[in-house]
Amino acid sequence: MDKRKYVGEAIPRVEDRRLVTGTSHYVDDIRLPEMLHMVLVRSPYGHARINRIETAAAEAMPGVVAVLTGEAIRGRIKSIPCASEMEGLKVPEHPVLAVERVRYVGEPVAAVVAKDRYTAQDAADRLEVEYEPLEVVVDVERAVAPGAPVIHEELGDNVAFVLRFEGGEALKAAFERADVVIEQRLVNQRLHPVAMEPRGVVAEYWPGEDRLTVWSSTQIPHLLRTQLAMMVGMAEHRVRVIAPEVGGGFGSKLNVYGEEALVAYLARELKKPVKWVETRRENMMSTIHGRGQINDVRVAVTRDGRVLGLEVRILSDLGAYHQLLTPGIPPLTGLMLSGPYKIPAIGYEIVGVFTNAMSTDAYRGAGRPEATYVLERVMDLIARQLEMDPVEVRVKNFPQPEEFPYETATGLAYDSGDYEAALRKALEVVEYEKLRQEQAERRQRGELMGIGISSYVEICALGPSAALPAGGWESATVRVEPTGKVTVLTGASPHGQGQETSFAQLVADELGVPLEDVYVVHGDTAVVPYGIGTFGSRATAVGGTAVYEAVQMVKEKVRSFAAHLLGVDWEEVEEGVGEYRSRRDPERVVSFQEVAQAAYLAKSLPPGVTPGLEATYFFEPSNFTFPFGTHVAVVDIDPETGEVKIRRYVAVDDCGRVINPLLVEGQIHGGIVQALGQALMEEVVYDEWGQLLSGDLSSYAVPRAGDVPWMETARTETPTTVNPMGIKGVGEAGTIGATPAIVNAVVDALAPRGVRHVDMPLTPEKIWRLLQGDAKA
Amino acid sequence: MIPSAFDYYAPKTVAEAVALLQQYGEEAKVLAGGQSLLPLLKLRLATPRVVVDLGRIPDLAYIRQDGNEVAIGAMTRHETVEQSEVVRRHCRLLAATAATIGDVQVRNRGTIGGSLAHADPAGDFPAAVLAAEARLKVVGPGGERWIAAEDFFVDVMTTALDAGEILTEIRVPVDSAHTRSAYEKVRQKASGFALCGVAVRLQLDENRRCQGVAVGVTGVGAKAYRARAVEEVLRGEALTETVVVAAAEKAAQGVEPSEDAQASAAYRAHLARVCTRRALRRALAEG
Amino acid sequence: MKKTIHVTINGREYEHEIEPRLLLVHYLREVVGLTGTHIGCETGLCGACTVMLDGRAVKSCLVLAVQADGGEVRTIEGLAEGGQLHPVQEGFWVKHGVQCGYCTPGMIMVACDLLERRKAPTVEEIRRALDGNVCRCTGYQHIIEAIQYAAGKLKASSADERGTSSGAPEA
Repeated sequence: MDKRKYVGEAIPRVEDRRLVTGTSHYVDDIRLPEMLHMVLVRSPYGHARINRIETAAAEAMPGVVAVLTGEAIRGRIKSIPCASEMEGLKVPEHPVLAVERVRYVGEPVAAVVAKDRYTAQDAADRLEVEYEPLEVVVDVERAVAPGAPVIHEELGDNVAFVLRFEGGEALKAAFERADVVIEQRLVNQRLHPVAMEPRGVVAEYWPGEDRLTVWSSTQIPHLLRTQLAMMVGMAEHRVRVIAPEVGGGFGSKLNVYGEEALVAYLARELKKPVKWVETRRENMMSTIHGRGQINDVRVAVTRDGRVLGLEVRILSDLGAYHQLLTPGIPPLTGLMLSGPYKIPAIGYEIVGVFTNAMSTDAYRGAGRPEATYVLERVMDLIARQLEMDPVEVRVKNFPQPEEFPYETATGLAYDSGDYEAALRKALEVVEYEKLRQEQAERRQRGELMGIGISSYVEICALGPSAALPAGGWESATVRVEPTGKVTVLTGASPHGQGQETSFAQLVADELGVPLEDVYVVHGDTAVVPYGIGTFGSRATAVGGTAVYEAVQMVKEKVRSFAAHLLGVDWEEVEEGVGEYRSRRDPERVVSFQEVAQAAYLAKSLPPGVTPGLEATYFFEPSNFTFPFGTHVAVVDIDPETGEVKIRRYVAVDDCGRVINPLLVEGQIHGGIVQALGQALMEEVVYDEWGQLLSGDLSSYAVPRAGDVPWMETARTETPTTVNPMGIKGVGEAGTIGATPAIVNAVVDALAPRGVRHVDMPLTPEKIWRLLQGDAKA
Repeated sequence: MIPSAFDYYAPKTVAEAVALLQQYGEEAKVLAGGQSLLPLLKLRLATPRVVVDLGRIPDLAYIRQDGNEVAIGAMTRHETVEQSEVVRRHCRLLAATAATIGDVQVRNRGTIGGSLAHADPAGDFPAAVLAAEARLKVVGPGGERWIAAEDFFVDVMTTALDAGEILTEIRVPVDSAHTRSAYEKVRQKASGFALCGVAVRLQLDENRRCQGVAVGVTGVGAKAYRARAVEEVLRGEALTETVVVAAAEKAAQGVEPSEDAQASAAYRAHLARVCTRRALRRALAEG
Repeated sequence: MKKTIHVTINGREYEHEIEPRLLLVHYLREVVGLTGTHIGCETGLCGACTVMLDGRAVKSCLVLAVQADGGEVRTIEGLAEGGQLHPVQEGFWVKHGVQCGYCTPGMIMVACDLLERRKAPTVEEIRRALDGNVCRCTGYQHIIEAIQYAAGKLKASSADERGTSSGAPEA
């Protein structure tokens, strides 16, 4: 009999009551007595020397407590950390407040602390900074060209690293053997992550206890604590980091920012709580950006559409400094260049380049959307060139289910998959054949209708520690309290994904207790054992597995106590829902609560068993997981305005086993819409002087309700072999799978007009220009 | 995010407001619905010493029919214009235009007078009042005067309002049984403003010949403008598709379209033609 | 120059002396202490700060607190009555219209504005009503379903009321 009541069910989230009633606490909702407010003065120049900062007028204002410049705190706070390691990587000094030079618009130059936000802002406006503008370079190709201004003079030039790889069969031979070689430049534009809650930090220091508490809107409270302690020079165990309610991250809060250290430092110096909350414009200037890659692709293909080899040169726009994982993102693109296909020979070269712009770093998908975009555009280009159906090209190159674990030329072992099944299912839902017929008819009438397919595989559940800069495991504690209530501590620190519910579902089923008896705690380093965080679609696959393993340990102990109370052997305990019986004498029953109480009262202990009822497990995954799927977009283009309307959108995703299908659907929807944003409207724009032209929501378009199609979702379910529950992860599937589906659909719609490729974002004007024939792509 | 400090006055009469504006001159800003002014204040792109709030003056928000005109108080909210039975019956174009402005929160708060006096080159109402051939009542130190809509918009965020003058009323000739109108807009995706907006209002005779026409275009140039060249092609003609297409071709004639990160001049000019064509078609399809 | 304002918030009257430049959203959050209303941008384009002012949805970051003097404000905190969630709140919960929750209060308030005027809005009408509100997590689909759910629920409860007053038996 399956006793599971919760796992697999679409259960509304337990965290939502506080969220729908406005009673939860985000960082800006935290108010402490005597709290001061920090406002930053940021560089208006993309590249300049700081000649002088005049602070006196600001300092003299009533209510102003402190004004800090980079010079004044030189050496007091360590450089903003970069955790990525790579041979030959150049790592520039990255001060929390600029010293002598600024290198991007928005770089913090001074901090003003005052009794309230309004006063701090007034004082910040009084600060006079004298800059001497320097030559700016924001274009990556220009940045690596001879004569370009050097952003970090001490590093010689703007190349932060070069990474070369060749794997599988010989690449050169593959291209010699090819019937057809296709070349294309594919650009993944810079994006603003735009989490709805901007970043924010509150810090409080108790000098007597030498205790620093930092509330930050972060995805990684523990990693932040370690780094903060080092940056401000405190013992790590004196620092407590709390990630309260976090209003979205998408990777932008998977970082350690200068403001976090500044606020912590100030709270300690001033011995008063200090708060800083980012404005949206600051968020767009100086919270990490995503993507930013130019990929020059060459692919070797046989006449019948089989890919023999792939060669990609990746120019990666890193921005002015390294944030936590900046140089670590483009290598993920390289790693995933086989996509869901059998490509016998793969070579790539990645050049990481400094520019006068905000750092790029992990944004939902982080390197993998770029790889998927390369492959899925390439598949369509092959189909176009060889006059094949895009479906046929894909199917021809998929590995078969029996070939798993499938080893790619890039050195990965894909765990499990049936790529064709997902593709076929998507085609069935969308009624592909019928659509192609309709398209043929519409084309006859001169209408622009396109169908785009994207098959993807993503690398998730990050991951084995050997492959990550700071640990790939996750921790969990499951604690049964004396009353039988259950507390779960997870290091995964979710921020909108709903693990308070899904982990409770898992534990409630395992222990046979009601869902409401399980309380999931996260995001507080003083309460939760060290953990890694939520990113890379890892929280459920890695963090959930840690919970699963911990609860198995608790169950074993519960069984021991139950046997002891029942006076029978361990094997004779029959587990019911919330109760335990003697197999021999079914009349003898103890409840879960009685067991819990007995474990703590400890009047009588089973032999060799310690009191208490909790277990902690650190789960180290043996491999990544590789979710996959196929998305199909159907678009109509207004030939007069160039506007794209997505008429149908079908997503078939396989994320392995599912704990809560409602949450999975939510993740898919959200990811698709962010992908739609990249495909059609979003783009960070710096002008040649380094000014950010997309610096607020009136100039940077994010998808709104009216831009979004009704999404039809379906799943196939291929469990992973990497963890016992078979969970693969789903957080990034949408942004990875959807972007090329939409672009392919638009290019397909424009194909009769001779269009072979269009760079994102596919804005109406760009499409209109193509239709005018004035810009051939 | 935070406005710089200012003194705040909430006069109870237009005369008081005018006196305050006279007193503080350039240092004062007029606050109507605030949907354009507040962002400027918060970004400190405007740092007035004094804000004069018209929101406490009774009787600046009204809609009534007065003979062959509809009179709309300057402080009437977009939402009220959109929903008003009087406007819907007698000047459909204004209701249709109001419905496309920003979003519901902005429409609930923003005012027609504020929108016109702000004269954003991508605002919607300027196109509509041009096409509706409205006249605007302004009150200043020298008393009141009327300005034709066409003379009101001078340049980017600049109007014919003199120092100390306040826009108090908008008057629009009522629709007849032969009036047809439409507003066609392509939104700038991020801001909701018009990348291009074209308002047309036609008077047709029994044979669907164009007896009168006014076309207002916004979003394209430095200010909203009357597309006279379009009107000339239409006037007196039977409005066949051929005529409509030919007329629309002239939508950006004589205008220097703006060029910025959101759209090139060429695309804006193109949209002016497309929106004009579509607005005309929709107006003619009205019945 | 400070101003004294009187505002009714969620049925309770408040009197405060404030700076004229104080934004309504800061007044609600910092002075009154109602932090359920969020700030997501400074240009009035994200909708996170939406509240009801005199019965209509407004962005409280585009209103000065002095402008609300004498007015009536309803925030997310004032929606549930006696611990009973408003149907819109319930809809967001049941239909998973919430992920990170940051846009949620604004979304719920604008949905209330819509449902007060349109009893059974179409999907297109709902999309249009959400024009001023950005959600970066949900992709909007579950939010639309949440509002449809609430519309159904409100319709059922108003049918109930009619039923009770006319004494008509249940159909």
